[in-house]
Amino acid sequence: MDTNLAVEMRKVTKTFGSVVANENVDMQLRKGEILSLLGENGSGKTTLMNMLSGIYFPDSGQILIDGKPVTIASPKDAFKFGIGMIHQHFKLIDVFTATENIVLGLEDNKKFDLEAASKKVLEIAEKYGFQINPKQKIYEMSVSQKQTVEIIKTLYRGAQILILDEPTAVLTPQETEKLFAVMKKMRADGKSIIIITHKLNEVMEISDRVAVLRKGQYIATVNTSETNPQALTDMMVGRATVLDINRPEPVNPEPRLVVENLTCVDEEGVKRLDNVSFTAYSGEILGIAGVAGSGQRELLEAVAGLYPVKSGTIVYSSDYKNSKSLVGLDPLSIRKMGVTMSFVPEDRLGMGLVGTMGMTGNMMIRSWRKGKSFFLDRKSPDKLAQKIKEELEVVTPDVNYPVRRLSGGNVQKVLVGREIAAAPSVLMTAYAVRGLDINTSYTIYNLLTAQKEKGVAVVYVGEDLDVILALCDRVMVLCGGQVSGIVDARTTTKEEIGLLMTQFRREGAKENE
Amino acid sequence: MSKSKSEPLFRISKRDDISFKKALMIRAIALAAALLVAGIVIIMIVHVNPFKVYGTMFLGAFGTRMRSWVTVRDIMTLLCIAVGLAPAFAMKFWNVGAEGQILIGGISTVFCMKYFDNLPTFVLFLVMIITSMLCGAIWGFLPGFFKANWNTNETLFTLMMNYIAIQFTSFMVAKWENPFGSNSVGIVNNDSMRGWLPSMFSSSPGDDYGWNVVIVMIAVVAMFVYLKYSKQGYEISVVGDSVNTARYAGIRVNKVYIRTMLISGAVCGLAGFVAVSGASHTISTSTAGGRGFTAIIVAWLAKFNTFTMIFISALLIFLDKGASQIASDYHINEHVSQIITSIILFFLLGCEFFINYNVKFKKSSKKSKEVAA
Repeated sequence: MDTNLAVEMRKVTKTFGSVVANENVDMQLRKGEILSLLGENGSGKTTLMNMLSGIYFPDSGQILIDGKPVTIASPKDAFKFGIGMIHQHFKLIDVFTATENIVLGLEDNKKFDLEAASKKVLEIAEKYGFQINPKQKIYEMSVSQKQTVEIIKTLYRGAQILILDEPTAVLTPQETEKLFAVMKKMRADGKSIIIITHKLNEVMEISDRVAVLRKGQYIATVNTSETNPQALTDMMVGRATVLDINRPEPVNPEPRLVVENLTCVDEEGVKRLDNVSFTAYSGEILGIAGVAGSGQRELLEAVAGLYPVKSGTIVYSSDYKNSKSLVGLDPLSIRKMGVTMSFVPEDRLGMGLVGTMGMTGNMMIRSWRKGKSFFLDRKSPDKLAQKIKEELEVVTPDVNYPVRRLSGGNVQKVLVGREIAAAPSVLMTAYAVRGLDINTSYTIYNLLTAQKEKGVAVVYVGEDLDVILALCDRVMVLCGGQVSGIVDARTTTKEEIGLLMTQFRREGAKENE
Repeated sequence: MSKSKSEPLFRISKRDDISFKKALMIRAIALAAALLVAGIVIIMIVHVNPFKVYGTMFLGAFGTRMRSWVTVRDIMTLLCIAVGLAPAFAMKFWNVGAEGQILIGGISTVFCMKYFDNLPTFVLFLVMIITSMLCGAIWGFLPGFFKANWNTNETLFTLMMNYIAIQFTSFMVAKWENPFGSNSVGIVNNDSMRGWLPSMFSSSPGDDYGWNVVIVMIAVVAMFVYLKYSKQGYEISVVGDSVNTARYAGIRVNKVYIRTMLISGAVCGLAGFVAVSGASHTISTSTAGGRGFTAIIVAWLAKFNTFTMIFISALLIFLDKGASQIASDYHINEHVSQIITSIILFFLLGCEFFINYNVKFKKSSKKSKEVAA
């Protein structure tokens, strides 16, 4: 038996109904290494890790910790074995301080002493190079600070094995660098770390070995030093893939959507958008970058007539004439004015689609009002649904099968397919490829580029900076609801955008001190 | 490891799909189990042959021609209310105010019977139907309007509206009291039978309830078509699934709230008309008699499909009639017969769990040892 292994999973299988999330997966984590768990969305990475951290129980198979077979039936068991998981969605209580969150749920039969706990938190932070204020409340923290709290929470409980589920998805490039430095220190201290990710450059940078999953199956584990991104992609996808995005120069760009001094406040009176001004041109893709929650959602919804505008103007124009103000109009009025605006919202099932209906019912979201009849026209949406099903290869038993039962990627195909089919003059997409596999992502990029070539003004809100830089013509960076810069995507760098993403927040932090 | 936790005894997972045949089988098993358990209870408590008791239940509901018609009449009234609730519930608007909407429909029906009894028969019925629906619609409109404009909680609002309706009914009963001091309205138009829904196959009202069936079945079909094939029905489904998606689709959510509650209230008001003109010919605070709440169960179990509601209303009314028959035939406490119907309902409703969820038991211990080895 190899005593060098911190964790070994043998032939682990987990099914949900008829869906096989993991099938006979083997995985080995050595002591003191960083292992990347690589795979496309839906390949079963998170499910596998959830079994290690006690959230799911495997249908069959075996888990060994330090060479001994164990049963992990709950997260509490997992902690007992020194396993700590940092989930993609943080599990923190907003109104508690960092320390309060860290000690929450701990049972050590000692007197509850927050001061001592704070001290211990600081010790841990110092040891690994975290920056943390133990008395700060969670709601005052940035995303990366919250992540720090989550990591310290597991270390505080004596975790020897850390699992990080897509930790860099919410971070700027600079914050990612810091996280990686901390991870390396933890490795030097003998901790074993699994990082779930699908960003290849990060895999190459941080990990010692890479384990690849594909469609719930274990493919292989390779040493990072002996592989390259292309080889890893091929393993992930199962066939050779081309990772190039075609980016033609914009032809005859003219202003299509002119937004000036747009300010929006939410129900609590907090400014979500602050004096935002930009112009989206026909025939180009305008990328919008920013840390999650910097006002991307509010901006798109305000333009679509779904978010109240406090001040500022939104003007739609075609051919330099026919300017129409969209402020204060609801989606119906905007459509009645003859403005065809397509919008792929971030919240697919909560805003873009009706989960309980099939593809046909969801096509009607755009077309149900057509005609004067009291009754619905089902024929043309049905045809459209069939067409999208074939063209985008949507996997569904039937066009009337409820879309909420489809996988995330297929749901997204239904939504994007419908919005493009509406032949828009403005196409806004929020995280259009989130949850999609690599091939489908590239299909979507090509669809967007095709729209751009047709003269559509495309607005692309994205999270992967590499893609934004390769796909878009210009990039607008949002930070705390303000525009921190609009740059040319062909000449800028990731570092420049990364700095812009945090620019205003730093100023805000200074004000607080 | 101090103590080894083994695999949990059983695990529950949501079913993706279940074949119609399998669902039917689960329901059949549930019914058999229900009759078995109820039978044991009957033997233990009343010491009679359970098969005889079940036979009595059947006779209670369908024993004579008249009993059958009364059973059908009551099924239709309950069905009509459930049909009225369907659009509101499909929109996830929790209308628990059917009781009040029925009462208001009933009061307006009595009003027409008392004061418009000189109108030609056909016109009188038309006026009665229209006013009862109109009054029910007003009772539905108010909570819808307040929800649309001030986002009030519709559950509380519709519930409060019930109490207003009950108090209003008390007031009208006092006003129309006949004979004086009886604290009841008595049978309205007892001599002229004006405004009594006629029998279909005979000249004397109350001989059969064919017209009740016709009126309610029209509502059943119309509501089915409305919800499934009309644009407004589509709007209701979208709002019911997600208000944000509805706004995104250009649906004016507030308008849909108000319009749908008008319709929901109107159909419940119609149920009030059916209950008064087609059955009791009087009004009291117990005219609705909790049926506005029972209908919620009907609407939910039928998943808002108005045709499925027919079967569920029939089952509930059958159990109710059967229970009172047992009570009178065997001279037992009414509560005992209610226990029997409760047992049957418990199994029939409980089996829905097994239709929606899959329960997997732990594999045999031998097998799990193999895995551990």
